[in-house]
Amino acid sequence: MESDERSVLAASGHTARRRPPTGEPRVTAVSVPVIADAEGADVVDDLEELELDLLLTGIARRWGYDFRGYSPASLRRRVRKAMHNEGVRSLSALQERVLHRPEALQRFITALSVNVTGMFRDPQVYRALRRQVLPMLRTYPFVRIWHAGCSTGEEVYSMAILLHEEGLLERCRIYATDLSDDLLQRARRGVFPLRDMQEHTAAYHRAGGKGDFSTYYIADHQSAILRDELRRHLVFSQHNLVSDSSFNEFQLILCRNVLIYFSEPLRERVHRLFYDSLVNFGILALGIRESMRFTPFADRYEPLVESLGLYRRVR
Amino acid sequence: MKAAAKLEAAPRAERGAAMKPPRERPRADYDLVVIGASLGGVAALRHLLAALPAAFPAAIAIVQHRRHDADSPLPQLLGAVSLLPVREPRDRERLEPGVVYLGPAGYHLLVEPGWLTLSVEGPVSWARPSIDVLFESAADAYRRRVVAVLLTGSSEDGAAGVAAVARRGGLTVVEDPGSAHSPVSPAAALQRTKVRHVLPLEGIGALLCGMVKVGAER
Repeated sequence: MESDERSVLAASGHTARRRPPTGEPRVTAVSVPVIADAEGADVVDDLEELELDLLLTGIARRWGYDFRGYSPASLRRRVRKAMHNEGVRSLSALQERVLHRPEALQRFITALSVNVTGMFRDPQVYRALRRQVLPMLRTYPFVRIWHAGCSTGEEVYSMAILLHEEGLLERCRIYATDLSDDLLQRARRGVFPLRDMQEHTAAYHRAGGKGDFSTYYIADHQSAILRDELRRHLVFSQHNLVSDSSFNEFQLILCRNVLIYFSEPLRERVHRLFYDSLVNFGILALGIRESMRFTPFADRYEPLVESLGLYRRVR
Repeated sequence: MKAAAKLEAAPRAERGAAMKPPRERPRADYDLVVIGASLGGVAALRHLLAALPAAFPAAIAIVQHRRHDADSPLPQLLGAVSLLPVREPRDRERLEPGVVYLGPAGYHLLVEPGWLTLSVEGPVSWARPSIDVLFESAADAYRRRVVAVLLTGSSEDGAAGVAAVARRGGLTVVEDPGSAHSPVSPAAALQRTKVRHVLPLEGIGALLCGMVKVGAER
């Protein structure tokens, strides 16, 4: 399908105008503010495309982190942001740094992961989990939950609070995974800025929270430290959805707003991974704007709450 | 091709609602129109969408700056005046001609060749959805086959996006700051880029309708 689109583009003439490289000094798309003629812009953009390809291939071969399956539109934005963070002017310069310095690689991985999260993000999802998913989990003597792409952990702790309030936490284990070591370290600590707690408390109540949210953390001057009781049933570990395989069988898998950054083959791979890791009648929680409809696994699930991205594996 | 086959499996009623009979739809010079607006945008969008015919030949993707809460009435407000179906897309929704896709609250709306994706990465120019994110991704994916329309607004979001579309050879249209509800965004775009059309709202409607006629004569 993509190739059809490419041929439409080719028919509009831009590929035919590509010029062979010359000895002129190299320019990159970011260093050129506005070019009036589109022909020149295509040469520059094709060059950036090539540099991006080389950068991602280089990182995959050098470090084994493969970002080539990421969706181009948002990937381009975040790679430009990584360039900006590093203070370099071209993707080639970024590549030089990331290939040689492990700490630059870690910064690159963190810049590429979209770590936007929050306690009880999308509170209506937690209400639905409480009402429709937890009763099902209750039927198992031991419950395993996988939170894939947990970022800094706010949503993992939210889940722990929910399970605690429903008296289920004692027989649950939540495996929280992410690609970024840096983010995982922060998640493991369970320490969040105190200034965010007001917002988190509001979300907790919108999510149907039954208690006093302030009892779940200890506050010091600037931070809220989540209580150890919540942490006891959590396992944080690194897992790469691009290359790693399943590591257990789960009754519930949460992977919210992660697959939106992957392009088709990689999304298929991860859906296969989730399907293989779910027990029959297990629940898959995607982001509220994600849908199973656009995946090859659509017929293996039935919607539990389609408008919230909650699905049940049925075959 | 695989994705097309998958879409066939979508519930019939849903597809039927979205698609008009294809034979009546003329072929246009542009596959996609992206529209951005912030302050004063709802009234401007209602005005503009009301002017478009049911046989509009391109897909339309809109970012209107909006608050984070998910149950805003914006889709209904726009749908009520438009002959075209208005939807807040899910991630990966395919672009179809004659359908209006409205960036959902709290998500960036991005264009890939043939479909839409969403992102929750940080706000750009303090906005999510951001007009720049939509326009820049549309410029990358559709190059000469996209029309970018920047309407009234009180921030500079959109100016970089218009520049990106112009740079890639797409058609750029900016609402005349003299008649726009808020002139800041249009003026920022005009200062930055040589824009092809600077028009009042009525003129923009007529220009987009003209795309239908151009197509029909072929």
